[in-house]
Amino acid sequence: MTAATLSGRVGRRAARGATAVVRSWLLFAILVVIWEFAARAGGSKFFPPPTEIAVRAAHLWFTGPASSLFLTDAVFDNVFPSLGRMLGGWVLAAVVGIVLGMLAGRSGKAMDYVGPLFAFFRSIPPPTLIPVFAVLFGLGSGMQIGSIIFGAVWPVLLNTVEGVRSVDQVKVETARSFRTPKAYWLGMVVLPAAAPKIFAGLRVSLSISLLLMVVSELIGAYNGIGRSLLDAQQDFDFPTMWSWLVLLGILGYVFNTIFLAAERRVLAWQPTRLGRD
Amino acid sequence: MPTMLEVSGVSHRYGSGAKAHTAVHDLSFTVEAGQLASIVGPSGCGKSTLLRCIAGLTPPTDGTISLHGDRVAGVPDDLAVVFQDYSRSLFPWLSVQKNVEFPLRWRPIPRAERRARAAEALEHVGLSGVGGKFPWQLSGGMQQRVSIARALASRPALLLMDEPFASVDAQTRFELEDLTRRVQREQGSTVLVVTHDIDESVYLSDRVLVLSKSPASIVADLRVELPAERDQITTRESAEFVTLRGEVARLLHGDGAATSAAATAASDAAEWDLAEQSKSMDATGSKTRR
Repeated sequence: MTAATLSGRVGRRAARGATAVVRSWLLFAILVVIWEFAARAGGSKFFPPPTEIAVRAAHLWFTGPASSLFLTDAVFDNVFPSLGRMLGGWVLAAVVGIVLGMLAGRSGKAMDYVGPLFAFFRSIPPPTLIPVFAVLFGLGSGMQIGSIIFGAVWPVLLNTVEGVRSVDQVKVETARSFRTPKAYWLGMVVLPAAAPKIFAGLRVSLSISLLLMVVSELIGAYNGIGRSLLDAQQDFDFPTMWSWLVLLGILGYVFNTIFLAAERRVLAWQPTRLGRD
Repeated sequence: MPTMLEVSGVSHRYGSGAKAHTAVHDLSFTVEAGQLASIVGPSGCGKSTLLRCIAGLTPPTDGTISLHGDRVAGVPDDLAVVFQDYSRSLFPWLSVQKNVEFPLRWRPIPRAERRARAAEALEHVGLSGVGGKFPWQLSGGMQQRVSIARALASRPALLLMDEPFASVDAQTRFELEDLTRRVQREQGSTVLVVTHDIDESVYLSDRVLVLSKSPASIVADLRVELPAERDQITTRESAEFVTLRGEVARLLHGDGAATSAAATAASDAAEWDLAEQSKSMDATGSKTRR
């Protein structure tokens, strides 16, 4: 392979990558531009133009001292606690969901008993239960994490049960024919076999966690993104309010992207997946 | 030659009462150590059920099975099974090397030795360079070889093969048959192959057990007097082979007039029930684990 062909291939791949990026973001960029012109023309205080939002956001978050990476107190006091609650709640929900899901899924009878209970609880819209958690834990992180866990556990739990129950019968018999001990059976066969479904559940849980983080903060919190958003709204400071809103959208997108990248890594062995990439 | 496997009076009945279906009825035979025996019978006659009973995956309703003298209750320690459906039997999340190492994972062997044994097993089946690949990247024949290598890596006293070459194309089948013979002779292992292919049963083995239609019983136990060194072309042309396979075919198809339409219909219905029952067993498969 000569240098010319090598750089040609790299160049073409880079061009392909760039084209993909442009394609994904083109519509979004067009909509932002339309919003800009529409907002300037309309002049409504409730819908500031994107440029104004961007300026306010930069002022709000990135005008801090150099020692803290230019991040302001607003970031440390609000964004980090919110993210901590959201990710902490999500991880706890994932652990509980996977462990319980494996226990319930392995036992044929267990799901007969608890299945309807699970179906009942997962159907309750989690935001409606936030006041319940507020009574239980008072206002603050406990209530938020409790709400997040309660809402986020169900997709993981039910998907884990599904995944565990649907391990291919031939694999079950193969493992049995080798007298696979339980720990190896669970760790090397059941868990990987159920992994695609578990990851699907985790992804849904992630968005539920983000949603519940915001909603629980709207209802009762001393700090956080939702709380800041609510304060800005009540102070009629709409550029700030929109800044926090946009941040939520960005966070949702970033978490989803990171999660998908991780999923691609972990589930790289799936033949269909590799075909796509 | 010492007896490796002893099957006596084994019966297996699915279901109970009026809907019960006897898959296997009062089977008795022995397999000596170092022998390659094949069980041949029509589809759905219960040969796979018999194999599962021998493997300890399903307990027989009657009779006993002994592996080198020890009663089989549950899956015995030094036994390995090669299943027909290699794409579902191999673990897609493990590389070929790790798949072959799988039975050795919980044994008290150091990692280096485990790796060496897996590599050795892969070499025996002619797949030296593919340890790093994943099963789906290999052809069907190669995947079944990986399955065989995985079974061999655990150095079983008895190797069971359940219609192992039914899912590969004809030419690959010939290669795998020769491979199985070579490996069996090199390792001196005892192998029991279940197949529906008459030619394969005669070509492959030292001994052919012919089963009847369901409920299966042994119709004949034939010794294969072909030379130990066999070749796909010349052996299959030889008079010995032709006579033997003709005999097996006649035994299998039986006397045309005697097999009435009603009997065929009854056995077909029983096959359907069997399939339904094993489907319902699938759902609780995890429960019936060891």
